[in-house]
Amino acid sequence: MIKINTITKSFGDKTVLNGISGEFEKGKTNLIIGSSGTGKSVLLKCIVGLIHPDTGNVFFDLRNFTEADKEMKSEIRREIGMLFQGGALFDSKNVEENVMFPLNILTRMSEADKIERVNFCLKRVGLEGVNKKMPSEISGGMKKRVGIARAIVNNPNYLFCDEPNSGLDPQTSVVIDELIMEITHEFDITTVVVTHDMNSVLGIGEKIMFLYKGSKLWEGSNNDLTHSGVKELDDFVFTNKVMRGLKGA
Amino acid sequence: MKGFGRYVIFLGSLFVRRETFKTYYNLTLEECAQIGLKSILLFMLVSTFMGAVTTIQTAANLVSPFVPRFVIAQVVREMTVLELAPTIMAVIFAGKVGSSMAGGLGTMRITEQIDALEVMGINSASYLVLPKIIASLLMYPLLVIVAAVCAIMGGYLVGSLTGALTPTEYVYGIRYTFNPYFISFALTKSFMFAFLISSISSFKGYYTSGGALEVGIASTNAVTTSIIAVLLSDYFLAYLLL
Repeated sequence: MIKINTITKSFGDKTVLNGISGEFEKGKTNLIIGSSGTGKSVLLKCIVGLIHPDTGNVFFDLRNFTEADKEMKSEIRREIGMLFQGGALFDSKNVEENVMFPLNILTRMSEADKIERVNFCLKRVGLEGVNKKMPSEISGGMKKRVGIARAIVNNPNYLFCDEPNSGLDPQTSVVIDELIMEITHEFDITTVVVTHDMNSVLGIGEKIMFLYKGSKLWEGSNNDLTHSGVKELDDFVFTNKVMRGLKGA
Repeated sequence: MKGFGRYVIFLGSLFVRRETFKTYYNLTLEECAQIGLKSILLFMLVSTFMGAVTTIQTAANLVSPFVPRFVIAQVVREMTVLELAPTIMAVIFAGKVGSSMAGGLGTMRITEQIDALEVMGINSASYLVLPKIIASLLMYPLLVIVAAVCAIMGGYLVGSLTGALTPTEYVYGIRYTFNPYFISFALTKSFMFAFLISSISSFKGYYTSGGALEVGIASTNAVTTSIIAVLLSDYFLAYLLL
């Protein structure tokens, strides 16, 4: 479980996050949703330590990550897997080397064990026979899958996904969403997904945190979404006719 | 001053939370191949022509019958060893290797590859930049030696082919009152230039933010700043060591 406590972050005069608190539960896909520019990605970066919050703390299973020393931070980070918006695959390495990278750096596994683990992860994300391809030779959806394989290769306890569906067609988006959800349940990990994709919200939002202008306005599950009673959330969710029709029904 | 302070902090960050020796060893070898092997042909080509042109121009200017012809070779030697090989090649090194370092790191930054390393608990600055600096320190002095040899050979060829001076006069001039300290001076300069170019270019690339346009700007800034730093340090080293 990940707990965040009154996270505040400003860039110059602009307050991007305003005292956000909440919990992300283990074994569930926890979503952070909101319009563009509401601070979702900044919150995610504060949680994983890429940005240091001005105030507040992040706890990974009761371990205070924000105030931890370098060794403790390093230890916690080894339990983190992250899928970036564009995949963030290393251009100079092929698919196999990309997925194997965390094992090379963080473990002392034998070469054979590493290859076995890489093949297992690639198979798990539905990619076989692409080990030697370079990132430039595979599609956007495949890059995301390789990114997921790299994120789970070191058996993380926490999985973070920053807009996993951006730039993907609806069908591939659903595949990626389902993959994230399956992996979360299968490995019983704490997954946090930042998204503004309504298909994802309705499909995999077991626990949802809605951000609006840097503040948390609502928390609940996808089942509660249609009757939240929060105007800003309704404006965000029911933006088009189809969604408004769903609400009416 | 703020930028210089960030640069110093950046250099300090290269030596904390390091990875294993084996990791750096492999990365440094890769960088050596990238920096050395991919630059050597350009260095040889430029320096050969540089030596050839210096010979022709010196010969054209030494018209006095009281100055012996072997002085042409002597001038070529001193110019090559003291300035052309370490300093002019540094400008080429900054343009080729420095811009590539800044562009590569800048692209890694905007495509979140550096963030990916940080999330894994890796000191991205140390992991990515330290091997580049070490490889530059190893390869640039070697490239300078190759460039100096090629420039002197270029002068020899052109001097012989054009009849500006005979091969015997050229070899005599090259060896005449040779001061080995100048070689040490040139190598000291090349170490300094290699460090400045690789660290400044990496710094500019590492802190790129924005998109493709900013990566281009970072590359250009890396080359400009590196060249200015090289020229300034060239002046101070000459003032202090000669």
